[in-house]
Amino acid sequence: MTAAVNETSPVPPAGNAARLAVVPKTKAGMKPLLLKIVMTVLPPLLGILLFIGVWAIVAKTSPNLPGPAKTWLSAVQLFSDPFYVKGPNDQGIGWNILNSLKRVGIGFGLAAVIGIPVGFLIGRVAFINAMLSPIVSLLRPVSPLAWLPIGLLVFKAANPAAIWVIFISSIWPLIINTAVGVSRVPQDYLNVAKVLDLSTGKVITRILLPATLPYILTGIRLSIGVAWLVIVAAEMLTGGVGIGFWVWDEWNNLNVEHIIIAIFVVGIIGLLLEQMLVFVAKRFSYEYQA
Amino acid sequence: MQKFLSIENVGMEFETKRGAFEALRGVNLTIQPGEFVSLIGHSGCGKSTLLNMIAGLLFPTHGGVILSGREIKGAGPDRAVVFQNHSLLPWLTCFDNVYLAVERVFAATESKAALKERTHAALTMVGLANAEMKHPNEISGGMKQRVGIARAIAMQPSVLLLDEPFGALDALTRAKLQDELMGIVAELKSTVVMVTHDVDEAVLLSDRIVMMTNGPAATIGDIVEVKLERPRQRLALLADATYLDCRRQVLEFLYQKQLRAAA
Repeated sequence: MTAAVNETSPVPPAGNAARLAVVPKTKAGMKPLLLKIVMTVLPPLLGILLFIGVWAIVAKTSPNLPGPAKTWLSAVQLFSDPFYVKGPNDQGIGWNILNSLKRVGIGFGLAAVIGIPVGFLIGRVAFINAMLSPIVSLLRPVSPLAWLPIGLLVFKAANPAAIWVIFISSIWPLIINTAVGVSRVPQDYLNVAKVLDLSTGKVITRILLPATLPYILTGIRLSIGVAWLVIVAAEMLTGGVGIGFWVWDEWNNLNVEHIIIAIFVVGIIGLLLEQMLVFVAKRFSYEYQA
Repeated sequence: MQKFLSIENVGMEFETKRGAFEALRGVNLTIQPGEFVSLIGHSGCGKSTLLNMIAGLLFPTHGGVILSGREIKGAGPDRAVVFQNHSLLPWLTCFDNVYLAVERVFAATESKAALKERTHAALTMVGLANAEMKHPNEISGGMKQRVGIARAIAMQPSVLLLDEPFGALDALTRAKLQDELMGIVAELKSTVVMVTHDVDEAVLLSDRIVMMTNGPAATIGDIVEVKLERPRQRLALLADATYLDCRRQVLEFLYQKQLRAAA
């Protein structure tokens, strides 16, 4: 206990001093600001360096795994011509990424169009909640790829089947989050709606939608995350142009550099999608408004 | 004489896990137009329940509430409520919060410019003309409650219902808002029903103070008439015999007759 106190107690005065020092824009004031920038950039940079270091060491001991340098050279070559087309199964990395994003977009879009209204109904109408909850609980834990054969059977084509898998695996977070959001609209706001005796349209646009929006946006983030996770696996099985099939193709070619590049590409695009949605959430959500 | 607002033999039972709980029993009260009535009592005496019944947010299990000859069947803009926690919509500006109410009541008969004028006038009345475009989380608690009052008065309700409107505010802000409310009510000649915990607030603002007995099965214990001239001056009243007598009566009721063993 005493150790903890001793550790924490000097922090507030130091923090105050730093804040006071920043206020006058003198040369002395620049120092803490610079320190702050360094402290925000340095840790992630060290983390990445550590990761690359471990990777390089592992690659040294395992001759089949290409190291960072080799992978980097391969990536430079790959991204110097991202949009070539040499037949249906040999296209540039750009086309592969765009095709995967398109599938995710369509599958997720359909899931949003259906999932958000269904979530609204579940959250608003107790009868529908009781009716649909068992189905949602039953189907939600099913592994996304288990839906692929059904899709292939029904659509008799690989591309719609892949979109179907994205749709069915990304619809659950949308339904559940929307339903929770709607059912948690504070009673105060609903009382306002009652006292003003607002029309159904006004209740939805002025109270239910804005109050539920943060939940819906969380649902969208989770849902896009799942969709992007699933697309690689789905495309491995269905084939066609796409980042998932590309990985599988490169595995068959034993081009391990490209597989590692694909992992980074998938990770970076997932991160960008996430950041984009966080930005949208901050823009449209009253919770974040200062 | 026609009764304006009358609460007739109202009783309220809530279903709970341990069976029915009788919150109110045999409540009778008649309120005249332009009257300011306070409901006071210990926590859990059902005074907010009674207010919510007038608002139409709750329905009595016995008896009924009648406004201008009609039984209250639901909430409506003729009975505006100022909620204790202001209940402003955080995604709308102060102006839009009030405008939503104005639009609901007057959009059928008035132009958009007139609706905006009404909204502006209501916000000016509570002294917030300069903060119209702010969101509720950008203003202080007292200002939020002012917007809540503006929203209610802008609807020109038959009855203004105040549910502990100043309970969450500090003493200085509360006093200021009480004075402003007195001015607004005098100007608009509103009929007001207010739930409060605060004895001084009740005596200062009310024409009659309705004192509730403790629940379960709470009812009206006694009514104090506050025969003070208006406009009332907070400081002048401090030594006023009538004021002190009313205050004493309410305090005696609350702390002698209805003092709760556990409370």
